[in-house]
Amino acid sequence: MVLNSNDMVHLALLSFFKGLIVLGIMLFHAAYTVYAERKIIGRIQSRLGPREVGPYGLLQPLADLVKLLTKEDILPKEADRFLFKLAPLLLLVTTIVNLSVIPFYPDFIIADVHVGILVILAFAGLGVYGVILGGYASGSKYSLLGGLRSAAQMLSYEIPLTVSLAGVILAAESFRLGDIVEAQANSLFGMNLFPQVIGFLVFLICAFAETNRAPFDLPEAESELVAGYMTEYSGFRMGLFFLGEYISMYVMALLISLCYLGGWSLPPWMLSLLPILKEIPPVLILLVKVYFFIFLFIWVRATFPRYRFDQLMRLSWKVLIPLSFLNLLIVMFFKLLT
Amino acid sequence: MSVVRILFFYFAFVILLSAFMGLRQRSPVKALLWILLLFVHIGGLYLLLNAEVLAFLQIIIYAGAILVLYLIMLLILDVREEERSMLYLKNWQSRIWAGLLVSFFFILGSLTFVNKHRGEHTLDKLKEVGPSKILGRLLFEDFTFPLIILAFLLLVPLLGIGLLFVKRRQDGSA
Repeated sequence: MVLNSNDMVHLALLSFFKGLIVLGIMLFHAAYTVYAERKIIGRIQSRLGPREVGPYGLLQPLADLVKLLTKEDILPKEADRFLFKLAPLLLLVTTIVNLSVIPFYPDFIIADVHVGILVILAFAGLGVYGVILGGYASGSKYSLLGGLRSAAQMLSYEIPLTVSLAGVILAAESFRLGDIVEAQANSLFGMNLFPQVIGFLVFLICAFAETNRAPFDLPEAESELVAGYMTEYSGFRMGLFFLGEYISMYVMALLISLCYLGGWSLPPWMLSLLPILKEIPPVLILLVKVYFFIFLFIWVRATFPRYRFDQLMRLSWKVLIPLSFLNLLIVMFFKLLT
Repeated sequence: MSVVRILFFYFAFVILLSAFMGLRQRSPVKALLWILLLFVHIGGLYLLLNAEVLAFLQIIIYAGAILVLYLIMLLILDVREEERSMLYLKNWQSRIWAGLLVSFFFILGSLTFVNKHRGEHTLDKLKEVGPSKILGRLLFEDFTFPLIILAFLLLVPLLGIGLLFVKRRQDGSA
């Protein structure tokens, strides 16, 4: 706290513009991930996907947006008006805030804090309120039960997610995501994936559950469980929930690339094998990794059937939590050896 | 007035306001939301003190875990509105006693206040070692025994719940 006011204004403006850039890129990505998802799932199910609006259906996200914005905004009679409006914003904002501590490039980060991972975990924890309140404020039994179900799911999967991240933090001895990437680049295998395969798998499964994506998309299982907490939402507000979901997919993909696959760095053995890889700009390496995970999210959605609720809970408490602690013990053991 | 001071007054004001509103609110869900605001702003106060780890642990544990569990319990039990009758403070004598008790603790607490206290872990040391490492060393080297005792204390309710569950299963009611 030794900054003078001039520095502070400078810093605030810089962060503001960085934030605008990140937000713009992210919104564009979120819109086109919807398009990619429809195309890829279409191809997997031997259909063509959207192709009417614009060449190859490329303007479809725009058309969807116009449709969502012009739809009537319905407020249910029984709803708690303030909380009903607050819930989708709460979910969206707590997701977008996560982007501020994620480094996209060695020097490009909006807020370079010591405790980056803790910030992400804290705001993931706050995001649960959006889901519960969305269910409660709708004033409908289906919504309330759906909200509680989703909250139980998100809470249960936050524990193995946190414990598997503890292994990463221990390996890098830092909470900063930048330090974690650097520690991986200097390690033997060049990424955390190899000593911590169990942690990686646990984190991957939890990422699917945290973002409410298939095969854990019980919150929006419209065919058997109504639409959970989103039942009463329509038009623009439902769009906010969806936007939150797609941005949280990107947050999770970024986090898993940075924490387990070495972020923007390539493993040293790969570089010594193919020296030409050094010429690739770091941001491109990160992008490829992130896109791979986004594709995986979509691919899994088209492939696996949905879990039942009791199976979901059993998977978290009886399989993933013990496995994540096992991973932590293995990392501790390796740390003691070296 | 510096930015830090303005932020401090903002956090302090919102903490007091949300505590008061949380107590006043009749609907339990809304009361919990005021308490959520309170917890997040306490985290902000820690941030001003350069205790980043503590600030975010405060949000993760209190707001992200404990309060959510309360909220889920409230919704499962379907407590719509608090009953209007005041159970504890019906007559004026008990109100006076309660007021005296609260002010006793307030005076006791303010006696322990030390102005311009300088501890071992100054800002320079924080910058040198890093905030999370200092906290880790304090917890796991200097205060290991209290930490283990605390961990056991927290384990007891968990065992209790497990015991209850096993007993109910043996009775055949669950």
